Amino acid sequence: MATQHSKTAARLMISPAVILLFLWMIVPLSMTLYFSFLRYNLLMPGMESFTGWDNYYYFLTDPAFSAALTNTILLVVGVLVITVVGGVLLALLLDQPFWGQGIVRVLVIAPFFVMPTVSALVWKNMFMNPVNGMFAHIARGLGLQPFDFLSQAPLASIIGIVAWQWLPFATLILLTALQSLDREQMEAAEMDGASALDRFLHITVPHLTRAITVVVLIQTIFLLGVFAEILVTTNGGPGTASTNITYLVYAQSLLNYDVGGGSAGGIVAVVLANIVAIFLMRMIGKNLDA
Amino acid sequence: MSRRTSASRTLIVTLAAWTIAFLIFFPILWTVLMSFKSEGDAIKAPFAMLFSDWTLQSYADVQERSNYARHFMNSVVISLGSTLVALVIAIPAAWAMAFVPGRRTKDVLMWMLSTKMMPAVGVLIPLYLIFRDTGLLDTRIGLVIVLTLINLPIVVWMLYTYFKEIPGEILEAARMDGATLGSEILYILTPMAVPGIASTLLLNVILAWNEAFWTLQLTTSRAAPLTQFIASYSSPEGLFYAKLSAASTMAIAPILILGWFSQKQLVRGLTFGAVK
Amino acid sequence: MGKITLRNVQKRFGEAVVIPSLDLDIEDGEFVVFVGPSGCGKSTLLRLIAGLEDVSDGQIMIDGRDATEMPPAKRGLAMVFQSYALYPHMTVKKNIAFPLRMAKMEPQEIERRVSNAAKILNLTNYLDRRPGQLSGGQRQRVAIGRAIVREPAAFLFDEPLSNLDAALRVNMRLEITELHQSLETTMIYVTHDQVEAMTMADKIVVLNAGRIEQVGSPLTLYRNPANLFVAGFIGSPKMNLIEGPEAAKHGATTIGIRPEHIDLSRETGAWQGEVGVSEHLGSDTFLHVHVAGMPTLTVRTGGEFGVHHGDRVWLTPQADKIHRFGADGKAL
Repeated sequence: MATQHSKTAARLMISPAVILLFLWMIVPLSMTLYFSFLRYNLLMPGMESFTGWDNYYYFLTDPAFSAALTNTILLVVGVLVITVVGGVLLALLLDQPFWGQGIVRVLVIAPFFVMPTVSALVWKNMFMNPVNGMFAHIARGLGLQPFDFLSQAPLASIIGIVAWQWLPFATLILLTALQSLDREQMEAAEMDGASALDRFLHITVPHLTRAITVVVLIQTIFLLGVFAEILVTTNGGPGTASTNITYLVYAQSLLNYDVGGGSAGGIVAVVLANIVAIFLMRMIGKNLDA
Repeated sequence: MSRRTSASRTLIVTLAAWTIAFLIFFPILWTVLMSFKSEGDAIKAPFAMLFSDWTLQSYADVQERSNYARHFMNSVVISLGSTLVALVIAIPAAWAMAFVPGRRTKDVLMWMLSTKMMPAVGVLIPLYLIFRDTGLLDTRIGLVIVLTLINLPIVVWMLYTYFKEIPGEILEAARMDGATLGSEILYILTPMAVPGIASTLLLNVILAWNEAFWTLQLTTSRAAPLTQFIASYSSPEGLFYAKLSAASTMAIAPILILGWFSQKQLVRGLTFGAVK
Repeated sequence: MGKITLRNVQKRFGEAVVIPSLDLDIEDGEFVVFVGPSGCGKSTLLRLIAGLEDVSDGQIMIDGRDATEMPPAKRGLAMVFQSYALYPHMTVKKNIAFPLRMAKMEPQEIERRVSNAAKILNLTNYLDRRPGQLSGGQRQRVAIGRAIVREPAAFLFDEPLSNLDAALRVNMRLEITELHQSLETTMIYVTHDQVEAMTMADKIVVLNAGRIEQVGSPLTLYRNPANLFVAGFIGSPKMNLIEGPEAAKHGATTIGIRPEHIDLSRETGAWQGEVGVSEHLGSDTFLHVHVAGMPTLTVRTGGEFGVHHGDRVWLTPQADKIHRFGADGKAL
């Protein structure tokens, strides 16, 4: 399937996609890199000057940075743990025969299709609001003091909201993986005298590893960039209690108009993401065959 | 092949599955219910709310207050537009990678995937400035460009996995039959890959519809899609639960329906073909 | 017209040499079969002729024109693939018409040729079906129909019968042979099955590791195999090959004798042996006989020859049917 002719054609066909993505990567990124070495504030146009590593120094030594870094890690890891563990359990449950499988599947997957701004606002107002939210109503019904989720435990609340959005994704993928498990393999293991627990540990779990890898990879990509949920619920607060790196850079550059500082933050975010990416690509490279 | 499972076991599983499914779905259900209530009833305790009168008033209010139709159209144009443009760029690329694989094909695919890992904030400022200076800020075309580039890697990957399943011999047959490259892709590959292309389209419309970083950063009013429209409810103005619910229901209903249709293909698309 | 000439054709995939260098002449109207074990390069050779792969070196001439650089569509050849490669989204009629549509032919002419081809191939009642609704044999015929409407200079068949069951294979073998006799167009046919090669070919090309071992008519190859490889490959069951003192008696390193050229007796003969497995096919019986100092010999005998496991028998090779091979494996 390869003549010189078709190879040339292939190169031609692939180049628009490659060139566009390359430009999309390289042009804005090099601009960010350039800005990150400038003193550049949108409120003071024409005052740009070279400042060397100052922006990086200020960004990295700002206590908000270490808070944001911790929050980012907590957010990603927290959501991953909840969704993977919950997803495996839920997938195992839904893989059993029961009545109404189709409808249950549809209900479980639904939160994934809800746009982030909607789910954040619904949870914030209808459920977590300390006066009119459902949790407050329930607490009062039980004679308890309503809990103000978003100001008392802002990060945990956001983790809960984001986990609610991503649990369906993990469940669906793990369920699909479970259903693709070779029945004959299971039966062979049963003939070989493996108990139900043995079969789970030695056949089901290894089979799911690949699917879990994929879930972790894809969710991490999206979770590092969580933004809308924070913007509409807490605005990163109180203080920096629920600020992640993405939100911090946004705040720095578009709320404080500090292009230089924001750019330095952007570069730091890129570097951090790349560290994670290298990790993940190794994992996925082994598990995915292109 | 199927085993006999005891009815009582099935009953327990059924109860457990339905309970969990109900709890997961509950916030959506509650939002939809609340959207048919008056503002006064919406903030009542759950039972009182449930048994109060039903009304369509909130939907009317939302339309009046924020021109839902315009935001809806923006969402449609932006998500569909960016997906179609991405398809046009991605189909030839996926053809090349699936049918004329070279030594570097896998690397190119991995590289494309890695562009998805670049955090959006890393390029926020330059893009914002470029858009400001070129007049693309708050325009549909600007968002179409950005979302096309964001989803392009996923579109290429998905199409690639679907194309891989089409036997190369069929395309060779077309070549022997005198088809040019153009007719090969147009008359043979594309019709054969219709199911794959359709699910790629569907998934990307969903992703673009729900995209909530660039749509929030790069629009304010004219081109604002539904994500921005909903975000405008984040600062409460008096009694607004019912209106928020109505707006939310309208924003998620179309995509929820599309999503339910596409859930089978979804897994494959979202996992780049790694899980089928 | 369909005269195809290969001159010094070579094919390498990176470091791997698939076809070292090869010359071959295919005359107009010939039915040529490329046969050889899997991985011998026969399919690659066909794809080089088709233009689906580039030659690394050398020249391919079709009807006197240099076709080496031509894209497949321009070579005027039609190909039937192993998987049939039918277009699943098109009806039988559209499948057959596709090459004509690509050639921008008049609709009436397309209609005429398609119905003509359908008549020849007994597909008239299936024209509006899709490939998915057809049996294996019918799909095969559609693939052939798609090839014949173009009236190509030559047909290329890439193991076209390997996906069919045994009975159907015999049928299609006859149909393709008949088609060749009525069309009188050059056909190049790739197979690993020497029975197909023997029954269909005017000329057989035996390939091994990218080299041509021998070219000739089926009977030439059967009677005078040029070397050990061809001797062992052509004929079923395989020729018995014997080395050592017995071969030395005939002044050769190896001698070969076909199972059908060994006479069997209970009383007397050249070699004495003990019957191992006997395979009764009804019309024939194949005995596997253990003779001291030789590999197990296969002997063909009539269907009713009543011997059993462990019986002692005498074997005598027919003197004029013994093939002698030298140390280099070539026939003496």
